[in-house]
Amino acid sequence: MDQAIIIEKSIVIVAVFALTMIMAMYSTLAERKIAAWLQDRIGPNRAGPGGIMQPLADGLKLFSKEEFFPNTPNRFLFIAGPFISMTTALMTSAVIPWGDKLHLFGRDIILQATDIDVAMLYVFGVLSVGVYGIMIGGWASNNKFSLMSAMRASSQMISYEVAMGLSIIALVMMTGSLSLKEIAAGQEGMNWNVFYQPVGFLIFLVCSFAETNRTPFDLAECEAELIGGYHTEYSSMKMGFYLFAEYASMFISSTILAVLYFGAYNYPGMQWMEENVGVNTANVIGMVVLFGKLCFFIFFYMWVRWTIPRFRYDQLMRLGWKMLIPLAIANIIITGIIILINDGNFKF
Amino acid sequence: MSIETISLSGRKKEVSNKKMTFWESLYLVAIVKGLFITIRHLFTRKVTIKYPEQTREISPVYRGQHMLMRDDEGRERCTACGLCALSCPAEAITMKAEERKPDEMHLYREEKYASIYEINMLRCIFCGLCEEACPKQAIYLTKSRTMVRSNSDREDFIFGKDKLVMPLDMAIDNTKKPQMAK
Repeated sequence: MDQAIIIEKSIVIVAVFALTMIMAMYSTLAERKIAAWLQDRIGPNRAGPGGIMQPLADGLKLFSKEEFFPNTPNRFLFIAGPFISMTTALMTSAVIPWGDKLHLFGRDIILQATDIDVAMLYVFGVLSVGVYGIMIGGWASNNKFSLMSAMRASSQMISYEVAMGLSIIALVMMTGSLSLKEIAAGQEGMNWNVFYQPVGFLIFLVCSFAETNRTPFDLAECEAELIGGYHTEYSSMKMGFYLFAEYASMFISSTILAVLYFGAYNYPGMQWMEENVGVNTANVIGMVVLFGKLCFFIFFYMWVRWTIPRFRYDQLMRLGWKMLIPLAIANIIITGIIILINDGNFKF
Repeated sequence: MSIETISLSGRKKEVSNKKMTFWESLYLVAIVKGLFITIRHLFTRKVTIKYPEQTREISPVYRGQHMLMRDDEGRERCTACGLCALSCPAEAITMKAEERKPDEMHLYREEKYASIYEINMLRCIFCGLCEEACPKQAIYLTKSRTMVRSNSDREDFIFGKDKLVMPLDMAIDNTKKPQMAK
């Protein structure tokens, strides 16, 4: 294989992985700080200037706790639960287009770890496997409350995956391709998909809240009802992995939202920048713009957490099956009709 | 003045039991209104007091660390009568009495004084009964206005006279004011 490609890909992969880990780490700090500010108090500000080293302190604390195994016959499964959660949360970051291309050293470097043709399917597949992490954790804990919580979490996740997939179908019909790179490239300038698919965006937003087990859909881990939920029996780094996987999947969901509906790295005037100032600058600014969008969505996740009370289980199921799925199907039908009317082209 | 019109706090709101309209049942408007309320709190002043750079104001009758008082000539007031130890509900005070030597007349008010006076701060509940019981007005909780600092060992919490007695310059400072008034 070409030496240069190996080096280039390795650097991109390492950079994407490092970015995911760092963003997930600082999401934990951002969660605490934003939660505090929304509640008229200041969050952790003692560890390092303004609390910057707090995630490291948290990690150190989790490492130094006792490694506890409950009285379970499934030791392997007990350890495998957080492992699966974490792996699937990190795997999805491989297909996200961070920018168009960089022109360095005389070659075009694609800013994406892998460019699969069916990237959307890949993302959904990995998300579905993520349910296993919670289920296995709840089962292997040998504890009725954990099992109940795992049941609720898994049923919630699979219900909302259907609506999520259906809302994406309309988007794919519009774009004509499943590849995330093509979807991102099709949103030039201000031509973002949210203006063409507002209902789809809303459905996807609600479903992504449910997929990551965030409030208002967080009955899997609510303390009042189920003590700790599926992570009651976990301590030390296994617990750390569960929490970290939740923040990593929150980061990934924000990124996918930004890529699919909010124009990924596109910003108005990118075409002009590419021609006049240079490809590299335009794409670096594009990366920063994508970063800003996903930070806004992460903030939105935290904002909603402290605004809306939690759903009851039957309300949640009703919302997923009886309200979102018909709405998504209606969205598909309307999109199809408009495409037929416009001779195969959605954007007028 | 029927039951429908009375509102003691003035915040009575009429709630209706009507079925929600289609748009209301989407909760979208309600959620957006809630989001605006929350975001307003992001920009309000925070109520956190950043201890230890800032401290809370304490009232004049705040019961903090004990202080064994001296009179206006700098002599210790405590006569080791033991009434404070008797009245302490937590049995936190212990003392040992000694007789005053002739060359110690400037140190202690009366012939009997406490050579060892210890309060176990972990047992103390800061009720102030010792302050009320003392016949010589020798122990006060409201004068030092400091909290007892945290520590790692149990032994470090048994405060002796070195920590409890009023500093001499604080006692003698008081003598200057009445003399100037004369």
